[in-house]
Amino acid sequence: MGVTAAMEWLGSCSGCEIAFLNIGEDLVPLITETLDLVHAPLLMDHKYFGQCGEGVTLEIPDAVIGIVTGGVNNREHLTVLRQMRKKCRLLIALGTCATHGGIPALMNGQDQQASWQAIFKTVSTDPGAEIPEVEVPPPLDRVYACDEKVKIDMQLPGCPPNPELIAELLVAIVEGRSPVLPGKSVCDTCPARREGRSVVGKVKRFIENVEFDPGEPVSGMRCLLEQGFMCMGPVTAGGCNGGEGVPACISARVPCRGCFGPVRKNGNQLLDMMNGLASNGIDFKSVVDRRSILRFSGAHGRLRPLKKRVAKE
Amino acid sequence: MGRVLNIAPVSRIEGHAKIAIHLDDDGNVAETFLHVQSLRGFEKFIEGRPAEEVPRIVNRICGICPWMHHLASNKAVDGAFGVTPTPVGYKLREMCQVMAHISDKILHFFFLAAPDFVLGPDADYSVRNVMGLVKAAPELARQVVRMRQLGQKMLEGFAGRAIHPVAGVVGGFAKPMIEEERKELLCGARELLDFSRYALDFAITDVFAKYMDAFSDLGGIKTGFLGMVDREDGSLRLYDGKLRLMKHDASFVDFEGDDYTEYLAEHVVPWGYSKMVYAKSWDEGFDMTLTAPRGIYRANTLARINVCDKISTPGAQAALEEFRSLFGRPAQQTLLYHYARLIELIYSCERTIEILEWPEITGSDVRAKVVPKAGRGVGLVEAPRGTLIHDYTTDENGCITSANMIVGTTHNIAPMNMSVKRAASALIKNGVYSEGILNQVEMAVRAYDP
Repeated sequence: MGVTAAMEWLGSCSGCEIAFLNIGEDLVPLITETLDLVHAPLLMDHKYFGQCGEGVTLEIPDAVIGIVTGGVNNREHLTVLRQMRKKCRLLIALGTCATHGGIPALMNGQDQQASWQAIFKTVSTDPGAEIPEVEVPPPLDRVYACDEKVKIDMQLPGCPPNPELIAELLVAIVEGRSPVLPGKSVCDTCPARREGRSVVGKVKRFIENVEFDPGEPVSGMRCLLEQGFMCMGPVTAGGCNGGEGVPACISARVPCRGCFGPVRKNGNQLLDMMNGLASNGIDFKSVVDRRSILRFSGAHGRLRPLKKRVAKE
Repeated sequence: MGRVLNIAPVSRIEGHAKIAIHLDDDGNVAETFLHVQSLRGFEKFIEGRPAEEVPRIVNRICGICPWMHHLASNKAVDGAFGVTPTPVGYKLREMCQVMAHISDKILHFFFLAAPDFVLGPDADYSVRNVMGLVKAAPELARQVVRMRQLGQKMLEGFAGRAIHPVAGVVGGFAKPMIEEERKELLCGARELLDFSRYALDFAITDVFAKYMDAFSDLGGIKTGFLGMVDREDGSLRLYDGKLRLMKHDASFVDFEGDDYTEYLAEHVVPWGYSKMVYAKSWDEGFDMTLTAPRGIYRANTLARINVCDKISTPGAQAALEEFRSLFGRPAQQTLLYHYARLIELIYSCERTIEILEWPEITGSDVRAKVVPKAGRGVGLVEAPRGTLIHDYTTDENGCITSANMIVGTTHNIAPMNMSVKRAASALIKNGVYSEGILNQVEMAVRAYDP
């Protein structure tokens, strides 16, 4: 029998779970021999309240390894996360939502109550609709990363995380060794050609394609930041390419938007990127929607609603 | 009032939900609810963002169908900016979209649904899953894992990412396809087509033959259907076309996505975060009563297979003809969603090959000129789970001022509630229920692939 493992998803999109399934041929031995899954809503039918749903308290079985994806947005997420912490010896936060808030933490930049009211009053909703409140978990005041609520033993960011790294992490734990995970930035693993300073002083919006020769590998393409596009490679943790090869978005000839979170531990992608732009001779005021630089790392209190301006007479 | 059975979480589905079955004092079903537990607020937090960035934000609505959100969003931004993608850009987007359907269907049928059929609905939960499938049918399981992986690797190899893609851009696509890539993709697509034929044969002989009669009425309800069809010939379309809303008597209206608010509306209930879309244009309101539903239609595979006049590719057309000869049009049995899913799997493979064989697919003109501006755009695609609608308005700087989205699964929230009620009422009598019975109630939901 393998090592017992429990998987849970909180405020997530299932992309991390799909990345897990994308481990490929090694997936079969991983889920049938290396690990013994005791709870994983996407893949198996273990239930919180007993298999016939008669229980009153939410229970997850004991497991050596716990894997949590998604951020903490509502009361149920909190209950599930606490239960996972209680039952799992080693708790892993998997994916950028769990580690840094991810895209759903963009909500932290909004007035939550007003937003939710608006969501239930749109051009297509029936008149008079209200925010649902019966038998649905009430929201927390904002979106939290998992380590803001419970102790997390290991973190593997990524939106989604790279499948090879997920496998490496799990196998390393089972083998009792330290996992080999990348520590460099996207920029440090990117083969695009750097020549020095940017060709333009302003950031271009991505409304035109980057310049490159499709027949040539990425190493023949000039650095996207130097081409004048906003590329968050310098401040973003690498790993999207599994540690080797071209960063994922760059291989699609599209600039990085920071989906693995900050490369520096406790780094702030917004401030770090401003510095990065300045040192490249790019005016950061030319960035439309600067707060969006925190689009993957808005938990930990980084992204907050803008204070409403007081109207002047 | 008797006890409440909470089936939570609903498992082997791709979203977050629970089923509550309320029993009366005699142990019979009084009421049932499929509660959707999750709300994140995408429609609001994309406000203020430059619209061209939004397709790579909203893909995070769903990690299983990120290409669908990515491309519906790109189409909406095209519309708001008044841009028409270049023909090559259009085709590259379509190819990625139909390819994404391939892995999705393999995932759903074999990883999530098949354990109920191969291991049996009453098998213990510890083996009634993909791990159990590996032990019971190791060759099949290995093949399935490999084929799903092949589809994902093809997308990743060409477009950089399979999950949360970025290669679709307003005006078209971020990079052209080179001949080498085309050849490799074609080779993979042909292998997937072989597998898709095998998958349908396997399902017909080993699954449907065994279970269709026993389960012909599981979660059965009578509804209308919504899906996309070709503007000219009414054939099945996934990336672009007009919408067709069919009543249960097979009469239908066709309309353009831009006009969706005239035909569809969303009902809100206090007990679930998901809105329930219904047919506003039928002028009968919204009612989930099993015997006399009002405004209720279904989306997703069975709906598309029902509303289309034909399928433009040969293998899928042959399968459609056989399906219609057996079940008529529109077919109503809920478990037929699985059958329809495998017909669409064949179509997706055949369509991928068709696009790859289009002589101009390696053309270099992949992106039209884009100028951000004020406007409104409605972008639609058929996601695996149903018609996906993104509706954006932008300001003069090309930033989002308001957004409305109707996502695939929401069309089926009301029908799933009805199927749960139907299945639970039929299976649970006088307080007698078991794990196997409750799993059958879940199977009625699982068919919809929510």
